[in-house]
Formats: sequence, structure tokens, C-alpha cells
Amino acid sequence: MHASKLAILVGTLAGAGAVMPVAAQELNLYTTREPGLIQPLLDSFTASSGVKVNTIFLKEGLAERVQQEGTASLADVLMTVDIGNLVDLTDRGLTQPVESAVLSEAIPANLRDEAGNWFALSQRARVLYAEKDLDLSEFHYEDLADPAWKGKVCIRSGQHPYNVALTAAYIVHHGEDAARTWLTGVKDNLARKAGGGDRDVARDIMGGICDIGIANSYYVGLMRSGAGGPEQEEWAKAIKVILPTFEDGGTQVNVSGAAVAKNAPNREQAVQLLEYLVSDAAQKEYAEANFEYPVRASAGVDPIIAELGTLSTDEVNLTEIARQRKAASELAEEVGFDN
Amino acid sequence: MGRWELAALAIAGLVLLPVVSLALVAAQGSEGLWGHLARNVLPVAVRDTAILLTGVGLMVAAIGVTTAWLVSACDFPGRRIFEWALLLPLAVPTYIIAYAYLDLLHPIGPVQTTLRAWLGIASPRDLRLPDIRSMGGCILLLGLVLYPYVYLPVRAVFLMQSGDPLAAARTLGRGPLASFVAVALPLARPAIAAGTALALMEAMNDIGAAEFLGVRTLTVSVYTTWISRSDLPGAAQIALAMLAVVVALVAVERTARRRQRFAVGGRRHPLVPVRLRGWAAAGAVAACSVPVALGFLAPASYLVYEAAERIRFAGVSPRLIGEAINTALFAGMATLVVVVLAVAVTGAARLRPSRLTASASRVASLGYAIPGTVLAIGILPVVTLADRQIAAAAQTFFGASVGLLMLGSGAALVYAYAARFLAIGTGGIEAGLAPVSPSLDHAARTLGRSEAGTLRDVHLPITRPAITAAGLIVFIDCAKELPATLLLRPLNFETLATHLYGEAARGTYEDAAIAALIIVAIGILPVTLLAPLRGRKRPSG
Repeated sequence: MHASKLAILVGTLAGAGAVMPVAAQELNLYTTREPGLIQPLLDSFTASSGVKVNTIFLKEGLAERVQQEGTASLADVLMTVDIGNLVDLTDRGLTQPVESAVLSEAIPANLRDEAGNWFALSQRARVLYAEKDLDLSEFHYEDLADPAWKGKVCIRSGQHPYNVALTAAYIVHHGEDAARTWLTGVKDNLARKAGGGDRDVARDIMGGICDIGIANSYYVGLMRSGAGGPEQEEWAKAIKVILPTFEDGGTQVNVSGAAVAKNAPNREQAVQLLEYLVSDAAQKEYAEANFEYPVRASAGVDPIIAELGTLSTDEVNLTEIARQRKAASELAEEVGFDN
Repeated sequence: MGRWELAALAIAGLVLLPVVSLALVAAQGSEGLWGHLARNVLPVAVRDTAILLTGVGLMVAAIGVTTAWLVSACDFPGRRIFEWALLLPLAVPTYIIAYAYLDLLHPIGPVQTTLRAWLGIASPRDLRLPDIRSMGGCILLLGLVLYPYVYLPVRAVFLMQSGDPLAAARTLGRGPLASFVAVALPLARPAIAAGTALALMEAMNDIGAAEFLGVRTLTVSVYTTWISRSDLPGAAQIALAMLAVVVALVAVERTARRRQRFAVGGRRHPLVPVRLRGWAAAGAVAACSVPVALGFLAPASYLVYEAAERIRFAGVSPRLIGEAINTALFAGMATLVVVVLAVAVTGAARLRPSRLTASASRVASLGYAIPGTVLAIGILPVVTLADRQIAAAAQTFFGASVGLLMLGSGAALVYAYAARFLAIGTGGIEAGLAPVSPSLDHAARTLGRSEAGTLRDVHLPITRPAITAAGLIVFIDCAKELPATLLLRPLNFETLATHLYGEAARGTYEDAAIAALIIVAIGILPVTLLAPLRGRKRPSG
């Protein structure tokens, strides 16, 4: 087995380069959220607490990796960008309950797990981008299926977590049959294949491919502020943004959130990080650098986001949305949303 | 059982382990999945996968074989440059070419903006052109970057081929085209089949370009089942079903080829290139320059432009240097492992021909037929199991705590790359060995060479172009590899591909241009090192 010898050699070589965290004042963060977005937050956490944060950004398979690492896992904090995956981690028994007065005071009860297994850290709304000269000032998600918009709608894949959560919320509001009819209607209205990213909606509206589309709120901030470069600033100029609501509810909001891993070797530091992330300073950073809605109401929002109007968050419980995730994903396949 | 058989078995085992662990996951069952799939998913996904694979297959075979033949058997202006330039698209990952063309051909991109300016049309709403985000677009773009998988091994075979059979065909009155079809093409068939199979598996398992271009393949269904519904057993079932189909198809091709013998032995007179003139020369230049221009020059120039813009806007991240080193280092180590293992397993099959060694070399190629992330998920339990054993042993013998050694050191990555890309090594070397007559082996053995000696003194020198070519593709593939790298890397460890993905996840694709450009550059480097492959001396004719 010269392969295993080679593997050991390779391992030794690489070990010199890679960081093997062992010191006590460290903390390991497994995240599906791109760390670049939260690096400034992590840096100021390290500066104030002296705890170094090691990160690994995982796309798919965060749960699988933590599960397989088992009791030897280095993971302390698990972070995701949508509620479905967050609740999934808890359902698989990969998280542990945390009791913290700081967390329960800062985060409203509907944005955290009752047992303390997960906590939302920031919110983003699923909003409507519309061609800037369009005569349109209010919008219901239900309208997306209105035949009046035939050939005029752009949206990313129906299987993307953001859209799965929107469909799941629709199911919670109107039931599965109504959701199927709605999704079929939206599919019939598409101007191009469902796909790409949220910013492509703005670009495609500018390119005349469509008139309206659904995308996340913070991209508006990233494009309009110039943080995404001069090209994206142009895209953002081609659109106006409307905060849509359900006919019998509010604007659909998803969360980014975190949990403490079941086998966290540095539990204390993990809780410390979560508490830091909901502090006033950190929540301001979420709002100003990432253009998200903070979970701590007192932190306020960025002026660009404030301009979009007052957010009236849909009342539907996040856990209920997470429970409808599978049904929503299957519906998207049933109506051939991405075909 | 001798050393060769044991080595072949061990190597096959390395690739088989993740497949077995996937099968175990699949066996957990997934209620109601196949009913749902059969009703709602498979009709479209199977059809689209078939269309995509047929289209890409035809395109890569046509471009790959034509250009390989032109640069090996003909002489025309620029041939020496085309010989290696035709490899360049290999350095462009599928997700990068998809993104580049989406940008270039978008209604507000440079091409359509210029077109509207010429035509005097003000708004993009008044000129709607077909969208690249379509099946046709996907076939075109994948074909443009995947044809080198065919070009490289086929050209290696043409270079190794003796010119004699071809000369015989010409003497017997066949024209240049007819003798190409009757003699050269059948001789290159193992290489064409191997190269096309690689390209098709790459196309089938692609998720990046398919996602950008909105094409739904079976692989997309695997992802959806797993990611959107947390149904890993179901995803593993689909992936294994696909694997079974791929294995069956490859077996059919092999059976069809079994009755043919391709060996060429004795004194070899190299192919004498035919000098092309006039329209024929112009046609050859066009046939070679179009794939290079569309598959490399256009996306690469776009990246250079975007990267320059970005550097002016945001500067260069110093992290990129470390990431480039990681990328090259790990791709290099994995390439070394793959080449050694591939030579061993194909050598065993050649020197100790038996059902056992032949099956071992088949099994060693399985990894490439499974989508990257799914294979990585299969590797995860294997690696963590090994890690737990290592940790326990270290505790017992040294009283030391080593944690998860393979995952923590990056050894898991090298294993993943090797398991995934071993097929490229074995495929390339097999295709290179096929035309080498077994009588040479017999001669070497008669002259007292051991099996290892035969491998070293006969096979390795003759197949060096094929081995170099295979190693090159493996290196580039490792440098581009994303899904397994994301899942199996240590903490705080980035490669260029993961950096690129991170930027893409944020939606800041422009930032990613610099990383993408370095990936392409790292891919080009080995292309330029291919001097022994291109610099073969030819008799002047």
C-alpha cells in the first residue's frame, strides 16, 4: 500500500501549511455563508475577545461533514444562510441547546428556536425588482402568477433555498394545491429559464429581457452603494424596488443564523461569538456592510434599505416554513419550474 | 497472487471504497422518491441529459479528431503553434466559460451593445436575440472547453503511430481522406473512445455551467434531491443508477471494440505530414483557429479585461498568492499519485492479463463517472473512519492526540482528487499502450527483462507522450476542482477555485476574475511544458 505511505507523506507536508487549531482561545466556524461577508465582524470579535476564529466555508454537505466527524469534530459554531438548512441541522441532532439571557433579549422569540438550538442573526426580505418606469407601486406575491405578466418575469432556480423558502411560505399561507397552481402560473410567466443569481434579475431587466423579478433585498444595497463595482451600479439604476406582501400577510423574510455544534470543543467561546454577533455594534455592521435587516431592532437599517419602505414582516413562523421545505422543492419539480 | 495483482486490487479498492460507502447510504432508502422522480423529473432530465451528451459528444469528437489529424498529418502555416494552442481551452473551467459568455453575449454586454450601435437601435427591447442560456448554448460552451480531452490522446496516438499502414493505403490507391477513414481513424479508436468518454462524464457531472445556463440534467436532480430536500439516500440512489448506466455504456463500447486488434510493431516510419496549399491550407488554419479563439481567446481576454478593471477598483487580494501555491501544490501532489497509480494498474493489466487485473483497472476508473460532490460525500465516511483509526493508534502508541489527521492535513483532498481523476490516467495510458504490439513485451521478456523491467524499459518510453498528456489533464482538472475541495479541505485552507466560488457566492463575479485568470494561467503552464510532445523531429518532406 504505497498509496497510504504517500498519503501520510502528503499529510505531513500539508500539515505544515494548514492550521491545526489546538490552542484554547480559538474557535472553529463551519459556515455556508461566504466568510468574506462576515470577516470584518469576526475580526472585531477577535480584537475584543482575544479568541481567534478559524473558518471553513462549505457549500453543500455542512451537515454531512459535521455528522461524519462525530465526536472528533472541530466544529464549534455552524452558520447557514437560510432557515431550512438551520432547522435541518437541529433536526439531525447536530446542535446543542444554549441558554443565554443576552441572546434571548436581543433576538425576538420568533427568530430563535424555543429550546435554544438555533438563533437568527440577520434577516433578508424577498422583494420585487421592477423596471424603473413601470407603473407599479404595490405588489402581492400572488400577482406573480397573473397572466398579465406573461413573458415578463425573471427569477433564479425554483430549487434555490431562497425560492424554496418563498414557495414554502406560500404553502403555509394558501395550502399545497393553491401553491401548485401559483407556481405553474409563475412558470408560465417566465421570460427566460429560471436560473442565475438574484443580481441577474436587475441585469436582465436592464437588458430588456424582463420587466419584473424576485430577488433578495440586500443585493439592492450591494449594487446601489457601488460595493459591487460600477457595472452593478448601472444595473441597479434600471430598477425600482417594491416590498411585496402576501395578500393575507406581510413580506417574506428569510434569515441567516447560527447554532452551537453538539460536540463543540470550545463551547464557551462559541456562545461568546453568538452573543457578540447580536450586540449592537455587530448588528449595525450587518446592516451597514451587508445591507441586511438586523434581528436587534434597535440597530436600525442602512439608508439605502430604509428607502425601500417600511418592512412589514410576514407573521408565518420560520419553523413552519422549514417544515414545508421538502414539499416546496417537490412542487418546483412537479410543475417543471426550472425546465 | 503476485505483487502486480495485489497492487491492482489495492488501487481498485481505493476507488471502490467511496462507491461502497455511497451504496450503504443509498440502502437507507428514500420513501416515495422514485415515484416522484418517474412522474415529474426523469422524463425531462433523461431527455435533456441525452440531448446534452449527444451534442457534446459529437462536438468534441468532431473538433478533437479533426484538429488532431490536421496538426499531425498535415503541414500548414501556424501548425506548430496550433499544436499546443489547441490545448488551451482545457485550462478554462466550464463555470468560467459559461459566466464569460453570459456576460459577453448579454443584451447589455459588449457584443450586443456594439451590434445595436451599428444598426442604430437604441433599446435592447427592440432587438431580442437568442439567449445563450439554453440547451444549444450549453452544448456549444461545454464542447468548446472539453474537446481537448479528445484532441490530446488522439494526437498522442497519431504521433506514436507508424506512417506505414497509411502509406500502404495510399499506395493501394486510397485518397488522403479515404485512407484517414480506413486506417488512421480505426487505429485511433481506443483514444477517441477514451477521450470522448472523459468529456462526456465531465459534461454529465457539470453543475456550474448547467446552473448558469439553466439546463436541467440528471446531476441537477441529484443535487436537488440532496440539497433542497436533505434526502442524501435518494441522491445516492440516483447517482448510483447513473453510474450503472455509464458503466454499461462503456462496456458496450469495449465489447464492440474487442474483436479488433490495434497493435503496431516492428520498425516504425513516422507519419510524413502532407503539405497543404491554397484553400486547403486556409481551411486547416480556420478549423484550428476557431476552437482556440472561441474556447480560449474570447473568455481569457474577457477575464483579463475584467481582472484589470477589478484591480483598478479594488486592488489585488494578497491571499491570492497563498491560494495559488495551495492550488499548484495539491494539484501537483495529486497528479503524481494519479500517474503512479495509473501506471501500476494499467501495467498490471498489461503484464499479467487476467480477469482480475482487467476488472481492477475498470474499477479504478469509476470515480470519474460520479458527480464530484457526491463522490466527495462518499469519501467523507472513508476518510473519517481512517482518521479515527489513526487517532486511536496514535493515542495507543505515542499517547498523542492527533485529531482528524487526513481531513486536517489536506491528505483527504489528495485522496479525493486521485479517486476522482484516476480514470483520466488509466484511460490515457491504456489508449497509449493499445497500439504497442504485445510482441514487444515478449521480446523484452525473452531478453531477460522482468515485468517491472519491461514496464520501465519498453512501455514507459513508448507511452511517454500519452502519460505526459494524461498527467497534464489530471493536473489541470485538480486545479479546477471545486466540490470535493470545498467539502474535504482543512480549516482556513483556500484554493483558487474555492476563492472563486466564494466570490461567486457573494455575487461579486468580477472579483473572481483575478482568481479565474490565475487558474487559467496555472492550467497553461503545463501546456507550455509539453515540449517533448510537440517537438518531435520529422523528416523534411
